[in-house]
Amino acid sequence: MLIELAVKSLASRRKSVLLTFMSLVISISVLISVEHIRSQAKDSFNRTIAGVDLIVGAPSGQLNLLLYSVFRMGSATSNIDYESYQKLKNNDQVEWAIPMSLGDSHRGFRVLGTDENYFKHYKYGNKQTLALSQGEAFSSLFEVVIGADVAQRLKYKVGDSVVIAHGIGSTSFSKHDNTPFKISGVLAPTGTPVDKTLHVSLNAIEAIHLPLSKQNLLLKNPAAVTLKPASVTAVMLGLKSKFMTFKIQRDINNDQNDRLSAILPGVALTELWQILSTVENILTGISILVLISSLFGLSTMLLMTMQQRSNEIAVLRVLGAGPMILFGLVLIESLVVILLANLTALTLLSGALVYLSDWLAVNYGLFLSGGLLNWRILELVLMITIAAVITAFIPAIEAYKQALHTSLSANS
Amino acid sequence: MSVHLSESPPAIELRDVYFHYDKRDQEPVLVIKKLVVQTAEQVFLYGDSGSGKTTLLNLLSGVAVPSKGEILLFGQPFSKLSSRKRDKFRSRHIGVVFQQFNLIPYLSVLKNIQLASYFAKKHRNDMENRATDILLGLKLPLEVLHKPARALSVGQQQRVAIARALINQPEILIVDEPTSALDMSARDAFITLLTEICQQLKTTLIFVSHDISLKRYFKTAIDISELKTTGFHHVN
Repeated sequence: MLIELAVKSLASRRKSVLLTFMSLVISISVLISVEHIRSQAKDSFNRTIAGVDLIVGAPSGQLNLLLYSVFRMGSATSNIDYESYQKLKNNDQVEWAIPMSLGDSHRGFRVLGTDENYFKHYKYGNKQTLALSQGEAFSSLFEVVIGADVAQRLKYKVGDSVVIAHGIGSTSFSKHDNTPFKISGVLAPTGTPVDKTLHVSLNAIEAIHLPLSKQNLLLKNPAAVTLKPASVTAVMLGLKSKFMTFKIQRDINNDQNDRLSAILPGVALTELWQILSTVENILTGISILVLISSLFGLSTMLLMTMQQRSNEIAVLRVLGAGPMILFGLVLIESLVVILLANLTALTLLSGALVYLSDWLAVNYGLFLSGGLLNWRILELVLMITIAAVITAFIPAIEAYKQALHTSLSANS
Repeated sequence: MSVHLSESPPAIELRDVYFHYDKRDQEPVLVIKKLVVQTAEQVFLYGDSGSGKTTLLNLLSGVAVPSKGEILLFGQPFSKLSSRKRDKFRSRHIGVVFQQFNLIPYLSVLKNIQLASYFAKKHRNDMENRATDILLGLKLPLEVLHKPARALSVGQQQRVAIARALINQPEILIVDEPTSALDMSARDAFITLLTEICQQLKTTLIFVSHDISLKRYFKTAIDISELKTTGFHHVN
């Protein structure tokens, strides 16, 4: 009965209640999504790359190198010579080397020129190697292996023809219409940027960039043109001994004849994460402040209506409702609002995650799972609810006081 | 000395009641040496605003307690009860009808009436039937039962207020200027109905008003200003 009374009382003040409710929904959504993105981002972040000891690229900051080589974001300041790659590959300490040639795209997805070592040695998550869900790795010039998301989003399957464009972005002026590729394989999903990448051979990248006349010639007779890559964007190295990592890194960085920059992926990831977590801490701080202001909004709304409700309180009083019951009534009202707001925020966010996860993944490299209901989030919701009840003490105490001082005929 | 004709204790008895708004005030707002109202009696209490009507009502319904003296209801020391017990006693034994705004506007008429039995903790299955009977007795159309209270006319609202005040079969019904929002003809009908239904249910009725013309509906009339100065003592 009391709950029914609280609900109907709220319904009778639906305009102000609705506004307060919406401000609560927004602030709770912000807080929960920041928390969710924080935990999910850290997970997906840390599983992006594993088992690679060094990443080598043109001299630049380690974050930039990490971003374009691992996360396929941004672009390299410059390339490194193909000879440098071969020198690294032939180093005694190097067990394997993965060349990476970036800079082209297919309908918004990045194209990576590499070789068979990529499929053999690139690892992610818990040191898993890449696996093909369909077909096989590329073996000839115009073959391409696509990531799981590329296949899913563009509805590609093995045997389809695709056109690869020079430059990045889904609308490129110089589309390499002349160089159609055939899909030879589709990779199994990894939850990393690999899913959003098309993989071709290094020679294929060269072929795309040939003058039109040479391309025509190449299409007619593949043996007529000799392709020799001039440069790569970055190289990933696996070393024979992990203990040599720092020495090799120092050697590469200090080589006066060949200006290169070698980074440790783990160290770079940590640095990147620290930058991101500062942003996240700020975001969490702001969202908590927003929530607090919404909670005060709720308590102000309830407090303001206390004056208008003096008749209501007098009626409940003469019916035998004691001050504690009126205190409880206001708490129930705030509880109803906050629980509905929590529920709405969780529903909205779950819905948004389902619809926006692809978009977030493609545009921001954020891989979010739709499962909001973990303990961390429930704990957060519980804390929000408790905070709401505590702030509702202010109007509830007011109701208690009003009940104590009710006079039966306030109007006469 | 007074002679009690009935054997049971009087419905209402005030003994040397003093009331101060503030305990530091020297002058009491209200002093009533003695006031006795018998069961099923219908009393008209009149006085101008400021005469202490409101205070007396607050004391009788237990929303306020006297700073000195005591109030007995059916021989029980009502004013000495804890506030929780007074609230409970009120919900079960006293019905109150105000001048206006008696109902929770957003609740239906039925819910308003149910609220009274909810706080009295008298959950009964025949609540709706009883409400129907009382509403019929008060000449209210039954279709109002499920309408929100705010959709009713003032006269209808006042009658619903009486229905709600009577649902728990209280021994005492206190009404405070219930007719001030009604026009003349509605007022006549309302008071006649009220006195009849109280007679039927043997409910003690305290009717408070500043309008002395209403005196004619009641056998007993008490002037509050006189009561204050002399300390009225009334026996049926």
